[in-house]
Amino acid sequence: MRLVDEFRAPGAVDALAKRIGRVVTRPWRIMEVCGGQTHAIVRFGIDQMLPPTLSLLHGPGCPVCVTPIERIDRALFIASRAEVVLCSFGDMLRVPGSETDLLGAKGRGADVRVVFSPLDALAIAEREPQRQVVFFAVGFETTAPAIALAAERARQTGIENFSLLVAHVLVPPALEAVLGDPECRVDGFLAAGHVCTIMGLEQYRPIAKKYRVPIVATGFEPTDLLQGILLLVEQLESGRHEVENQYTRAVTAGGNAHAQSMLARVFEVVPRAWRGLGEIPRSGLGLRAEYRSLDADLRFPEGPAAAAEPEVCRAGRVLRGIERPTECPAFGSDCTPAHPLGAPMVSSEGACAAYYRFRSPA
Amino acid sequence: MSERPRGALSCPLPLRSGSVGLQHGGGGRAMRELVETLFLPAFDPDGRGERHDSAVLPGSGHALAFTTDSYVVDPLFFPGGDIGSLAVFGTVNDLAMAGAEPRYLSAGFILEEGFALDALERVVRSMASAAERAKVRIVTGDTKVVDRGRGHGVYLNTAGVGIRPAHVDVRPARIAAGDAVLVSGDLGRHGVAVMSRRAGLEFETSIESDLAPLASAVSALVEAAVDLRCLRDLTRGGLGTALAELALDARVDIEIDESRVAVLPAVRGACELFGLDPLYVANEGRMVVFVAEADATRALEALARIPETAGAARIGRVREPVSGPGRVTLRNDFGRSRPLPLGSGLELPRIC
Repeated sequence: MRLVDEFRAPGAVDALAKRIGRVVTRPWRIMEVCGGQTHAIVRFGIDQMLPPTLSLLHGPGCPVCVTPIERIDRALFIASRAEVVLCSFGDMLRVPGSETDLLGAKGRGADVRVVFSPLDALAIAEREPQRQVVFFAVGFETTAPAIALAAERARQTGIENFSLLVAHVLVPPALEAVLGDPECRVDGFLAAGHVCTIMGLEQYRPIAKKYRVPIVATGFEPTDLLQGILLLVEQLESGRHEVENQYTRAVTAGGNAHAQSMLARVFEVVPRAWRGLGEIPRSGLGLRAEYRSLDADLRFPEGPAAAAEPEVCRAGRVLRGIERPTECPAFGSDCTPAHPLGAPMVSSEGACAAYYRFRSPA
Repeated sequence: MSERPRGALSCPLPLRSGSVGLQHGGGGRAMRELVETLFLPAFDPDGRGERHDSAVLPGSGHALAFTTDSYVVDPLFFPGGDIGSLAVFGTVNDLAMAGAEPRYLSAGFILEEGFALDALERVVRSMASAAERAKVRIVTGDTKVVDRGRGHGVYLNTAGVGIRPAHVDVRPARIAAGDAVLVSGDLGRHGVAVMSRRAGLEFETSIESDLAPLASAVSALVEAAVDLRCLRDLTRGGLGTALAELALDARVDIEIDESRVAVLPAVRGACELFGLDPLYVANEGRMVVFVAEADATRALEALARIPETAGAARIGRVREPVSGPGRVTLRNDFGRSRPLPLGSGLELPRIC
């Protein structure tokens, strides 16, 4: 943990915060895209170290939060089948569908298991050949390569009882959706460092140019976040709108070519509905034709009717940076981590959950 | 009764092979044999106990403390402990948190048909050595067997009785503004150790559970005659949930300095990886101690002399409540404060 301690050193944090204070002359609104960054900002109190004219908006970068209710209901429906083992990442289990969540389904007898990697789900399929193992594949470009690896292995071994319920989403189209909104208030973006580690920086250059908005690929530790904010503010103050890289210890301009080619072999870009944002063209990943035999949507074709999101939940406005979690009337009263109305209150990376955990009165 | 010398675990039945059957809970011969060849030699090696439906305990002039807890941990064996030692130390610690000296435990076994008897023997031996270490006696028990698929190998319930000296009074209502807040060691080991062995999440770690009895440490505090206000063991929900509950119950505010809360580097690393907050991860051998400010140093000295609490530290203080119900705030290294609310009751590893 010495590596992390270095990026949490109080002296370095303080010095960066002071430098930001000296650079800022006007009000700016900065959106951090990734839920992990939101969490770190609120946990460490980074926003409280900034000049009052600088506000941080929390973006749509929590994969759990943007997975639409239709996908959750579909996962619940598949999980309810007697022969199915439904595997997913831990924080998907409490995301509310239209009637229950996967944890509730587990309580009613569904075989729902938490895994840390899709390869663990593949191993379950190998160990329990009489069961249909379905991995609920959610996440951004960061988790998708591991899913692609599992898909390639499954295809190579010809395993017949493993499939993928895919709900993958992509970051750049979400940035464009936020920027294209008439209510958009964002002056600059901290791009998610881990996504950039995989995909590189090139995808962001057309967006920076088209919307005249600076974008800085940024890490997740306090000094990372403050340095990313400093780079962004320096651009804003001098009227530049470039793509910069704060997270140089992990991100290169070209990204991880091996992971990218694996993604390209397994997935194709598809339209995808986002919770709170609606359908965004070319914003998701779906399995290519060669991998359709692993597609849980085709293996279990029948499914529940599409359901609407709860009206009181303002997740969409929160995810687009138009409202803060605390501006929602349900925040902390009708909607808490124990009884979430919307996904941002569920995931440890959700903006509402971060505010509830680190900001609300105990 | 068997003619076989008691105290030896070598038994006439093929216990170490074979498995639990429904007959072992049926109240007949098989169950009797299980009790005679496994439970009694382990818990009552010198045969002092009466065989009866209840244990009748000698009275005394002190207050009696009595508690019960059930144990369903998965996996049954984890680094640093198992369900047996957990069931003993967990209940011992619940008694100690009332300021009592633990004396007697009961042991209720809910066994699943098919559970290997050698695994059961490991659990029972572990309970016996845990009871010896915690200076308690397991004096009564019960065994039931459920159908295969309706249990998880073994579930355990332990009830416990302890003696509390008349002058000891520890409870949330005694917490007062100005009190010092101590914690008995580093946090999060149990939760990480268990998670590291849970199916689907296996990862390499050398972390062992902090599972330990706290009664000696509580006795040391009582003997040191410090003005002890309240004790709470940090189990599920961790330090964060324990403090939040106490702040609510005692109607006080509590301030904690994050830099004073010890977390092992490997535990911090695992928590970073899984997106968990070590302050909300389970412990099984740690407690928070509220003591009058004037006695804080002496209390720390007393704790430092006991092996289980050698890492005790002062982590914060109690304040008058600012408004509304009591709340807990944590000051981080950057001097920023954030609230510590009650935990959600379920820590789930995050996605990425």
